[in-house]
Amino acid sequence: MITSLEVNETNAMIEHENLDVRTITLGISLLDCISSDLEELCRNIRVKILARAKDLVKVGQRISSAYGIPIVNKRISVTPIALVGGAACKSPEDFVRIAKTLDRCAKDVGVNFLGGYSALVSKHMTNADELLIRSIPEALAVTDRVCSSVNVGSTRTGINMDAVRLLGHIVKETAERTKERDSLGCAKLVVFCNAPDDNPFMAGAFHGVTEGDAVINVGVSGPGVVKHALESCRGADFEMLCETIKKTAFKITRVGQLVAKEASRLLGVPFGIVDLSLAPTPAVGDSVADILKEIGLEHPGAPGTTAALALLNDQVKKGGVMASSYVGGLSGAFIPVSEDQGMIEAVEAGALATRRRRRSPASSPTRWPWA
Amino acid sequence: MQKTIITVVGKDAVGIIAKVCTYLANNQVNILDISQTIVGGYFNMMMIADTSTSNKTTEEVRHELHQIGQEIGVDIHVQHEGIFEMMHRI
Repeated sequence: MITSLEVNETNAMIEHENLDVRTITLGISLLDCISSDLEELCRNIRVKILARAKDLVKVGQRISSAYGIPIVNKRISVTPIALVGGAACKSPEDFVRIAKTLDRCAKDVGVNFLGGYSALVSKHMTNADELLIRSIPEALAVTDRVCSSVNVGSTRTGINMDAVRLLGHIVKETAERTKERDSLGCAKLVVFCNAPDDNPFMAGAFHGVTEGDAVINVGVSGPGVVKHALESCRGADFEMLCETIKKTAFKITRVGQLVAKEASRLLGVPFGIVDLSLAPTPAVGDSVADILKEIGLEHPGAPGTTAALALLNDQVKKGGVMASSYVGGLSGAFIPVSEDQGMIEAVEAGALATRRRRRSPASSPTRWPWA
Repeated sequence: MQKTIITVVGKDAVGIIAKVCTYLANNQVNILDISQTIVGGYFNMMMIADTSTSNKTTEEVRHELHQIGQEIGVDIHVQHEGIFEMMHRI
């Protein structure tokens, strides 16, 4: 029988330490919507998304209320649109039409975001890939909930520098096009390498071509819970530190597994993966940087940062793997400066900067060739 | 059987258990286990109840107990047992 101690521990995590299920993401394949006629393509996309996702938000709310765990976002990811729209789109404007269709679908089913306005160009770009990339600034300016991503490299193929060069301009243009709204367009755009097919987190989520027709992926998060657990073992050795992170990661991931299984059952859609990631929000007490500080760093950016982060990631995965039947997605730590209070403090303290600090030759005993 | 965990947390007062139990009895919810402590004047109760025999849905029970909690100034949560089982049992 469950004891009151266990009940109190779980509820304290939820109420005081910001434990939540960050997202239930429904992946939907749009490959069977492809048509060479743009009108028909948009119609097919709309029919498929509305049919598949109509109950997603309702199911999310039902699970959230039954178990008393907040489910912050309900999202959809779709097949990369460069593949879906390649046959129908002859210009960036054509792709923007699809973006608008996706935006309307997202609003109609009530999801927070829809990801997959994407191109996978880690080796080379097709014509459709390039048109989609060129359409991104406009697409993100005229839509609210569509998220875009471009995979520009992989460990196997290296980095597609043509795509990187093009995206440099696209990122700036996206910022410019949405400058009245804090350049929000850029918050909905991700450029990355080694993009996984089953990532539930935005803005980089898309439904990869290796996936089935539809799938439920869940992302959990609880940096506050890990930090709080570490507070109780201050001054202890590394063994204790690692054990504590593992145990906490196990508990957090179990909640994700439960929610994923339940959502899969209620929606009649197969369960894909749980993404074991620590993702912060700007709220105080929901910071990954604070965990690094609790491990012993003065600030993220100080000597030891990489070691602390590697240790954290390693232990989170070791604890989480046993808690879930399928682990996937990115499964790492997201620590964007703009979304993590501890990172913001590190920048303000001067511990983190985008510019590499140069030592003047006079004060430097060694001349590093790359400095 | 539908095991449901009911937690009541708040400032201690006369009749908290009575209120909650009366509501449960009136709605055919069977109580399987109760534990209660008071720490620093704060009332902390956990109940395991079976809501499958109730004439109301768990959703209704959750909502109505929440309202009762607000009337007497305590927080009442009604949660499916699954989340605790998952988190604390392998």
